[in-house]
Parts: sequence; C-alpha cells; structure tokens
Amino acid sequence: MNPAFSVIFLTTLIGAGQGLFLALYTSEVYNSFGIVGGTSPSHMYATGILVVMLLMGLGLFASFFHLGRPERAWRAATMWRTSWLAREVIVLPAFTGAALVWGTLHYFGFDPVLVTNSAGTEFKLSLVVGFVAALLAFLLYLCTGMIYAAVKFIQEWATPLTVINYTLLGLSSGFMLAATLGGWYNSSITNTYVLWALVFTLLGFASRMIALRRNARIKRKTTICTALGVRHQKIRQISQGAMGGSFNTREFFHHQSPQFVHAVKVFFLIMTFIVPVTLVVIGWNNTLFSLLAAAAVVQYVGLLAERWFFFAQANHPQNLYYQAT
Amino acid sequence: MTQLALVIDLNVCVGCSACVTSCKEWNTSGEGGGGMVDMNPYGKDPTGTFFNRVQTFEVGEYPKTETVHFPKSCLHCEDPPCVPVCPTGASYKRKEDGIVLVDYDKCIGCKYCSWACPYGARELDAKQKVMKKCTLCVDRIYDTSLPEERRKPACVLACPTSARLFGDVHDPDSAVSVAIAERGGYQLQPEWGTRPANHYLPRRKNHANVDKEALHRIDNPLKKEEQRPAVSSELPSLDDFLF
Ligand code: SF4
Ligand code: SF4
Repeated sequence: MNPAFSVIFLTTLIGAGQGLFLALYTSEVYNSFGIVGGTSPSHMYATGILVVMLLMGLGLFASFFHLGRPERAWRAATMWRTSWLAREVIVLPAFTGAALVWGTLHYFGFDPVLVTNSAGTEFKLSLVVGFVAALLAFLLYLCTGMIYAAVKFIQEWATPLTVINYTLLGLSSGFMLAATLGGWYNSSITNTYVLWALVFTLLGFASRMIALRRNARIKRKTTICTALGVRHQKIRQISQGAMGGSFNTREFFHHQSPQFVHAVKVFFLIMTFIVPVTLVVIGWNNTLFSLLAAAAVVQYVGLLAERWFFFAQANHPQNLYYQAT
Repeated sequence: MTQLALVIDLNVCVGCSACVTSCKEWNTSGEGGGGMVDMNPYGKDPTGTFFNRVQTFEVGEYPKTETVHFPKSCLHCEDPPCVPVCPTGASYKRKEDGIVLVDYDKCIGCKYCSWACPYGARELDAKQKVMKKCTLCVDRIYDTSLPEERRKPACVLACPTSARLFGDVHDPDSAVSVAIAERGGYQLQPEWGTRPANHYLPRRKNHANVDKEALHRIDNPLKKEEQRPAVSSELPSLDDFLF
C-alpha cells in the first residue's frame, strides 16, 4: 500500500492520546485504592487532559486530509453495524468527550463520593467517568486495529497482532508522555508511569517482532494463477491497461526501493524501542526530566516510521494485476 | 433472485479495447454519474478513471507462448467484501438484480472499499473525489426507450468478437449460465469466498483430427471434381490429333 501521511498521523496521534489518558486514569485508580501514596496534583490531570484533547484534535484534523469529500464526513457514522471504520468514527468522539468530562471534573475539583465500601475506599464520580472513558479508549484501539485486521486479503494485516500492536504501541507512547508530564510536575506518580512505559514498550517490541517474523513468512493465498484463472508457472504482464498509471498504481504501491523500506524498518526498531528505553532508564535513574521528554519525542518519530512501514509492507492482491509498475 | 453479470470469453478476446472506450464514452456522456475524469488524455502520461481495463499477459516461455488479453471490471460479487466496510452506506448491492453500486452523493472518498476489493476494481475519481466502478450500465439496461436488443451494457454491444456476454447467472437457462456450464466458466480469486458474479471462459485449444485416409481415399467423391495438374507441353495435346 502507499502510506498516506494523514492516516499515519491519525493513528499515531490518537494512539498516544488514548495512552496518555489511560496513564492518567491509572494513577487515579492507584491513588483511590492507596496503591501509591500521595495524591497527584489535580492540575496535572487537567494539563494531561489538555494534551489528550490536543492529540485527539490533531489526529482528527489529519484524518480529514484522507477524505475526498471531508464535508460529508458526518455520514461516516451510519454503517456502524458492519464497518469498523464507522465504529471508529463513533468511538473516537465518544472517548474524547468522556475524557474531557473527566478532566473537567478534576479541573473544577467537583468530585462527589458516590459510594464508600466497608474497607473505607471511596468511589468518586471521576473514578466512574474515567472508567467509562478508559473502556472507550480500549474500544478505540480495537476499532483502529480492526480497520486493518479486518481486510482479510491483505495478509500482513489480517492478524490479531495488528490490534495488539496498535494497542501496545499507543499505550507505550501515551505512558512515555505521562512520564514526561509527571516529571514536569515532580510528582511521585512518575515512577509508576515510567515503569509502565517500559513494560509497554518492551511488550510492544516483542509483539512487533513477532508480527515482522510472521509477515516475512506469509504464504500468499492469491497468486497470478488464481488472479487470472490461468494455470502456468510463467506468466508475464505485457500491458496493464493504463499508460500514465492509474488509481491502482498510485494507491497500492509505495514506489520506494526495497533498500529504503528495509532502512525504515531498522530505523523504527531503533527509534521506537531501543533509544526510548535507554533514555528512560538513564533519565529515571538520574532524575533527568529532559531525558524523559526526549524519549517521548524520539519514540513518536519512531512510531511515524513504524506506521509508514506498516502500510508499505502490506501487499494487496490487486498488485498482481499491476506487475509492470 | 436475479444476479446480472458479464461472462468474458478469453478464447476470443483480441484485446482491442473497444469495450474500454465504449464504456468510457457511455459513462462520460450518459446521464448518470457525472463522468469519469481524463487527465492529460493526449499528453505524455495520460491517466484517468476507467470502469474497465484490458490488460495483456504472456503465458509460457518463448517460443511456446500464448497471449492472454484480460478485460477486468467490477465483478459484482455475490458476497462483496467492499460493501460492509463502507462507513457511509454509499456502497451497496441491489437486492433486485445483484448490481453493486456506489451512491456518488453519499461517498466521502475514504477509499476503504478499494482496499477491501481484492480485484482492484474500484478507482477514486481524481476530480469528483468519490469512488467509481462499473455499474453494469444500470442506466441503460432498463431503459425502455431503447430497442430491446440494445438494452445491454455498452461494452457488450461494442465487442467486435462477442467476447462479452451479459445476463442473469442465476437463471440456469440464460445464455450466460449455459456458457458457464458448458465451457468451464470460472471465477477470479475464488479463495476469498467473494463469489464474483462475473465469470471468465477459459482459452481452448482446438485440434482437428484429420487422418491420411480421410484425405486420400481412393473412392473419395471429392476427387471427382479435383483440379488436374497442368498439362505438360511434352505430352501430346488434343490439338495434335485434331489438326
Ligand atoms: S469486484 Fe470488487 S468492487 Fe466489485 S463487487 Fe467484488 S469486491 Fe466489490
Ligand atoms: S470511498 Fe465511498 S464508497 Fe468507498 S468506503 Fe468510502 S464512503 Fe464508502
């Protein structure tokens, strides 16, 4: 496929946004149940949510560049029964809205206790709102991943690993941002963020490597023989029904050399996983806030490359009809 | 239930692209759809939208090669993967005749359906920014102002070798169903379970079995009117006896 920058930015930005929210909510849960002492400053939550809104807004903005007719985008929510894309279009604003409510509750400090259980743990309103938003965040990862995983003949994508990778990489970039935020506010919760950021980055590394390995060994179901219905070992395309190319040659080919694609793969493996983990470990041990921030930025750049590779690697069966490109 | 479709006979297609041009002509100047973009048509790199393209493949190795001309348009799958993925409902399959269509007024040009079609049959129009594909000439096959025999897709009427048949593949007595049944009609990429309605008829090898006896039979009645070899000047001719 030809990687579209609109979609690369959309998926990486909202992935980080969801991850950041989940990080903030994790610390609220930790605080409520007394897992780590000392409540986080509520203006840290408010700032965090501001960043989440920014990421979601930018992602949404980028997505419009993907549409031929963005003015009709509202129609895209209608077929949610069958289309993962429509489901994403619904869940995205739902999550953003719920996260905004959660942030607003914290900003205004409006947080009545709903129930207190026998152990004396208080269930506050924001905990419930946050829980809903957290569910929606995971649902959004599922929708985004399934948009690709549901296209069964793009065999590189048609695997649960696609959803797992979108989730883990989103979580890892979100927790990296949260670690930066925690470091900025000098909050005791930073340790938790850093720990989870490392866990998710390493898990993401593992699942991405498994996906790469799987994709390197794909056995193609469609060959030129089934595509044409002609049984022969040697079939060569002479003409493809277009001289100056067509939508089919533009949309489904990345037009880059195999060396370039390979270089992107090495680049994203280093930038998404190795460098951020190193920076975070050093930054955490020496309480260097700037290194945490650098890790988040480096990882985001790596994720852009990762997404580019994700699209470029996908091989659509229609390409069999366009072998001369 | 009706399922209209094309059956394409690869045995007689000569790759002339008459179907391509007549399709473009009809669908650009016809009433529906607002045309198909044509950019740089007489320049160096012409490009544009087509519902139908003819590609050519060479099968085998020289000198034992065969040229296959391969017209391809939307196959109007019976289980079309392009339809459920559409977030707007712009892509749909008609119940009454099985034609898969795009509502150009609803399409947002997200291209997801083109990813979900394994055949590369959908093209985003570079000017209108909506998804376009073969409509089986839905705007002419029901047009009662046309004489009955002209109510067929433009490509079918244009084909000089009658390589394109059009009809209902669910009616076992239709010409298309008979052709599929008798001549080994097959579907493209059957492995994905899309059940394309359009079928292709394979190329055939024709061998005439003529043995020597049939040609040189002594009592071959055909020989009666055989042309005799030219008379040589050395032999006596009729003139030698008469004069
Ligand atoms: S050929 Fe492609 S566009 Fe046409 S119905 Fe089948 S999947 Fe859809
Ligand atoms: S490009 Fe149009 S027809 Fe295709 S999936 Fe998107 S909205 Fe539907």
